[in-house]
Amino acid sequence: MIRSTIEIPATREDHHVSRMAALAIGLSFVDAAIPLPVPGVKPGFANIVVLIVLARYGLRTAIWVSLLRVLAGSLLFGSFLSPGFFLGLCGAICSLAALFLASALPEKFFGAVSRSVIAAFAHISGQLMLAYFWLIPHVGLFSLAPFFAAAALLFGTVNGLVAAHFLECEKVEAVPQVPIQ
Amino acid sequence: MRLIRIGDWLVILLALVVVGLLFAETGHAGRAQKVLIRKGGEIFTEVSLFKDRKVEVPGPLGVSLVVISGGVARVAKDPGPRQYCVRQGWLRNAGDAAICLPNQVSVELMGGNKRYDSLNY
Repeated sequence: MIRSTIEIPATREDHHVSRMAALAIGLSFVDAAIPLPVPGVKPGFANIVVLIVLARYGLRTAIWVSLLRVLAGSLLFGSFLSPGFFLGLCGAICSLAALFLASALPEKFFGAVSRSVIAAFAHISGQLMLAYFWLIPHVGLFSLAPFFAAAALLFGTVNGLVAAHFLECEKVEAVPQVPIQ
Repeated sequence: MRLIRIGDWLVILLALVVVGLLFAETGHAGRAQKVLIRKGGEIFTEVSLFKDRKVEVPGPLGVSLVVISGGVARVAKDPGPRQYCVRQGWLRNAGDAAICLPNQVSVELMGGNKRYDSLNY
C-alpha cells in the first residue's frame, strides 16, 4: 500500500475525542431504535457521553464530541443537511452554550443531573425556536412545548443519573486510564 | 458524593415548575377571542366570545341558532338534514369551526394571533 503523503498527527486528545464521539454515535442509534409516541421526542442517550466527557476532560472536549456526534451521526443516518440535522445541530449548540453557563454553578451542590436537565431544556428551546422561525411559523407549534419540556425533564434526569453513576464508579474504583494505541 | 446533590433537586424542582407553567400556558394560548359567523360565504357577524348571547342566522333552509356561552360557542339548532354542525358540539379553541353546509352557515372561533392554517400555509 502506498503510504499517504499527508500525515495528520493525531494527538492523545484527538484519540479521546474520536473514541468518545464513536460511543456517542452508537448511543444515537439506540435512540433511533426506540419508538416513542410523540414525534421529535428522543431520550438523547448520546448526551450521557457528552456529560461524562464534560466532567472528565472539560468543555472544549465536550464540544468536540457533541458536534462530531451530530455531524458523523447525520452522515450515518443519511440526514446530513436535512431539517432534522439542523434541528439537532441547533439543539446541540444550545445545550453546549447552556453547559458553558452552567459550569459557573458550584460543583459541590450541582452534579451531572443538574447539567443534564439544564442542557436538555436548552436543547428543546433551541430546537423549538429554530423550528418556529425556520420551518413552521405557526403558534400551534408551541402547544407541543409542554410535552417536549416534560420529556426533557424526564430524560434529562435519567441521563444525568446514568452519567453521575458512571462518574461515581470511576472515582470509587479509580480505573486506570486505558493506554492509547 | 451521592448521585443527586442538593442543587440537582433544586434544578429538577425548577424544571417541574417550568413544565407545569407550560402546560397551564398552552391551555390558554389557543384561547379564542371572537366568533365569526358567515352566511353564504359573507361575514354575517363577528361577536365577542366573552359575552353570552344567541345569534339567529337566517339561511336558505331556515334559521340556524348559534349559542355563545361562557367562552365557548356552538350551533344549537340548524335546519340541515344531517346536523353535522350541531353534533360538532362546543367550539373551544381558536380555529375551531362548525359548518352547516346545507344552510350555508359557518361558525369559526378567531384567536388573538391566528396567522396560518394547514390549508393556506
